[in-house]
Amino acid sequence: MLLNKTIEPSDKQLSKEDFVSDQMVRWCPGCGSHAILNSVEQVFPKIGYKKENFIIVSGIGCSSRFPYYVNTYGFHGIHGRATAIASGVKIANPGLSVWIATGDGDSMAIGGNHFIHIIRRNMDVNILLFNNQIYGLTKGQFSPTSPVGTVTKTSPHGTIEHPFNPGELIMGAQGTFFARVTDTNPRMMTDAMFEAAKHDGTAVIEVLQNCIIFADKVHASITSRDFRDDYQLHLQHGQPMIFGKEKNKGIRINGTKLEVVTIGENGITLKDILVHDQYSVDPGIHLMLAKLSAPEFPVALGVIRSASFSTYDDQVVDQIKTAKANSRIQCVDDLLNSGDVFEID
Amino acid sequence: MSKNTERVELDNVVVKFVGDSGDGMQLTGTIFSDSAVKEGNDIATFPDFPAEIRAPHNTVAGVSGFQVHVGKKEIHTIGDLCDVLVAMNPASLKSNIKWVKPGCTIIVDVDTFDEKAFDKAGYSANPLEDGSLGIYNVIKAPITSMTKKAFENLPDGFKIAEKSRNMFALGITLYLFNRDPKFSLEMVQQKFAKKPEIAKANKLALEAGYSYGESIEALHSYYIPPAKIEKGKYRIITGNVATAWGLLAASERSKRPLFLGSYPITPATDILIELAKHKSLGVKIFQAEDEIAGICSALGASFTGSLAITTTSGPGFSLKSEAMGLGVMTELPLVIIDVQRAGPSTGLPTKSEQADLYQALFGRNGECPLVVMAASSPVDCFYAAYEAAKLAMEHMTPVVLLTDGYIGNGSQLFKIPKTADLSDIIPPIATANDPDYKPYRRNPETLVRQWALPGTEGLRHRIGGLEKDSTMGTVTTDPLNHELMVKYRADKIDKIADFIAPLAVTGEAEADLLVVSWGGTEGSVLTAVKELQAEGKSISHAHFKHILPMPKNTTDVFKGFKKILVCELNSGQFVNYLRMTHTGFIYHQFNKVQGLPFMVTELVNKFNKMLEE
Ligand SMILES: Cc1ncc(C[n+]2csc(CCOP(=O)(O)OP(=O)(O)O)c2C)c(N)n1
Ligand code: SF4
Ligand SMILES: [Mg+2]
Repeated sequence: MLLNKTIEPSDKQLSKEDFVSDQMVRWCPGCGSHAILNSVEQVFPKIGYKKENFIIVSGIGCSSRFPYYVNTYGFHGIHGRATAIASGVKIANPGLSVWIATGDGDSMAIGGNHFIHIIRRNMDVNILLFNNQIYGLTKGQFSPTSPVGTVTKTSPHGTIEHPFNPGELIMGAQGTFFARVTDTNPRMMTDAMFEAAKHDGTAVIEVLQNCIIFADKVHASITSRDFRDDYQLHLQHGQPMIFGKEKNKGIRINGTKLEVVTIGENGITLKDILVHDQYSVDPGIHLMLAKLSAPEFPVALGVIRSASFSTYDDQVVDQIKTAKANSRIQCVDDLLNSGDVFEID
Repeated sequence: MSKNTERVELDNVVVKFVGDSGDGMQLTGTIFSDSAVKEGNDIATFPDFPAEIRAPHNTVAGVSGFQVHVGKKEIHTIGDLCDVLVAMNPASLKSNIKWVKPGCTIIVDVDTFDEKAFDKAGYSANPLEDGSLGIYNVIKAPITSMTKKAFENLPDGFKIAEKSRNMFALGITLYLFNRDPKFSLEMVQQKFAKKPEIAKANKLALEAGYSYGESIEALHSYYIPPAKIEKGKYRIITGNVATAWGLLAASERSKRPLFLGSYPITPATDILIELAKHKSLGVKIFQAEDEIAGICSALGASFTGSLAITTTSGPGFSLKSEAMGLGVMTELPLVIIDVQRAGPSTGLPTKSEQADLYQALFGRNGECPLVVMAASSPVDCFYAAYEAAKLAMEHMTPVVLLTDGYIGNGSQLFKIPKTADLSDIIPPIATANDPDYKPYRRNPETLVRQWALPGTEGLRHRIGGLEKDSTMGTVTTDPLNHELMVKYRADKIDKIADFIAPLAVTGEAEADLLVVSWGGTEGSVLTAVKELQAEGKSISHAHFKHILPMPKNTTDVFKGFKKILVCELNSGQFVNYLRMTHTGFIYHQFNKVQGLPFMVTELVNKFNKMLEE
């Protein structure tokens, strides 16, 4: 399937093996990152671009080792700067499918500035945000997504700062695509990755990733078998927002707020339930969905927002095209000899 | 006394136009220098901007100036002190009087010298009347009222007159220098081609000023005979524009698209502004959110095969350090341009200095060598930028090019080159499906690795900041591999010495004194040395454009001299670097850290002293 006209497709059907690297994967056994890697290897061949047209850029962190484990072009950068490096890659060569692997610290602490700006510009890249709510590589300090009160070695008395909700931050930065998935649901991951690839613009996929060593089970209240039905809202474009073991709970808009209702109670029918429109340009409902949190609400998963806007890299190309067509300066000799030039003899 | 009796012929003069920020001094100075060129003189110019964008009207903080050095000989500096100062208000006179030679001519707009203006300028009495200007030839020209008079019959005349005073002043100055006003009138016409009313008013003011010049007793008028300038096509260019154009030329000759990732900062912004104009040449500009993003985006672009540039000044250069290390580690081509300004920290943003050399050489973690070069003049910025790009791409390395605010904003006559005459640039791009491609396989002679561009079939690989195996490019912490890689990275840079010009000496290869300079001070040092050479003194000059690596003949050159004096605008960074890298010599030093360029006179004095000792 050809997703993007600027990126050259593969002339043969690729498979997972085309993307498996010969490097030993060094994440801890049981780390949620393994599942993310697996999903990427599954989805890349399906996207259909030539395998040489994929590039993965990362910062620093456990998650940022990602490029070494996939057989594509890869750039393991410096802490926080993957988004900046990737911006240069995409602007310079729009014919590449650019993927960024980053952690919650990498993207929202040291790299927070670049993160909001790449989103604001709507650079056509895909960001895999491994949110384990901890600094994994440096052995377990709290991160910008750690919940208030998180006890770590650098917060022995519990954290006293408010965490970022990545979805909220992304929409605040005028994000055009946001999906949230769990590392426990491969299908959900590959679906979101495919949707991200399809989207023109900055697509952020927040993966609720488990760090088994330093923040084990931080997402368990959502992902564990006991809770997942009642605390996960799987969004599907065009489908009503229903959830729960019995599939009888739903999200309704009441005034300016979302609320949980039970179908069949108090006269509530399926018609009252909000239908998901991931393509809505107005981010209002998307933002409300991104903010839903347990235990009052289920956590929204899947593609929350996928709105169409022009991309930065396309506009760069357009401006150059226009300039080339209209300027008298077509080469450097033209430039050197333009304007106020005089002979001395 | 008859008018303009004494026509004084001069080899060179320094004229400075000063006024309030809104008085149009930059345009006035530019037209004056351009018309001097049209009449065959060589020139160098320098704009002296106030630090504030809109400082209070008529205060010293709001003074804007433009200095022009015109000569019949080659001009290498903007000149030490002014022969003629044109001051549009008391504040500009007050802040510039220290730059005027005793006995020289000061033209003031006498209409602006009122009580309120003295007060604002910080004068306690009228300087035109209290005798404090006795040693100068002061021409008290009623510039404002005369301009108004010239405009009497125009609708809205008084309003326009306010804005055309500078042209009246220019007219007087042109007359003073026996200039044909036709060139200036043409330039005014060109400049305001789209605003015919303004063009007309400005021309009227200029002509009125010129006739006023004829009517006054100027005591002496000056004449500067044409210079002997090599035949050819010329233009006037500032260092920052020349830098941008040098990069464009390198992009074209190497067939590598140009990418600039940059964040605005004085005095480097003009390079970004210039390159942003030239999208028709395929330039991609990314005004990043900060300097880190500027350099990181450039590294990303470099990975994909662009000629990648990042431009900045001191504070931004500091922010780029970590990413420069990434560039060294990944061995990607990258040109980092630091238009130096006076530091540390925010320092003196509009003033110049050469104090970022240590940072360029040493300011990174780990063993982290890269190429360091410095441009020597506004025109040299073109060639230095070209060479920086060539070395970066051909040797797969970051290159730091140091320029400075003084040469970046200054302008000179530029003999227009043909791009075909510039040296070839052949980047080591890996070929598709090369079965032998390995990310860190090196050319045995140059130790350069290949540039394998994403998108190319059969070359997928990963690079990054972690230490890599010396050929395969896989991550490894092997101790001996690390040591080997450290050595490779250093040797690769050292080998570039085989590809750069040897150190040249101006003057005898053996003499009593060798004066050494680097970067933007070449003009003043050379001028001073030549002055003493003309007196028959035993003195020579060697100027460094390449700092890491250095020309291979450096030691041999130094051996020919009894004394070596290193002049630089910092506390001695280059001299200490020489002490470290080229031992066995006693290096004397001459330093100035005032945010100001060297004056030729102070250099001459120092050299004389050294020669006498
Ligand atoms: C400039 C810089 N500062 C600090 C570090 C140390 N450091 C490396 S990774 C990291 C945090 C990583 O956390 P996160 O981004 O959440 O990634 P994770 O390891 O959890 O996947 C830190 C602080 C560094 N490598 N570079
Ligand atoms: S420390 Fe945590 S995040 Fe890092 S590899 Fe181990 S489990 Fe995964
Ligand atoms: Mg983390």
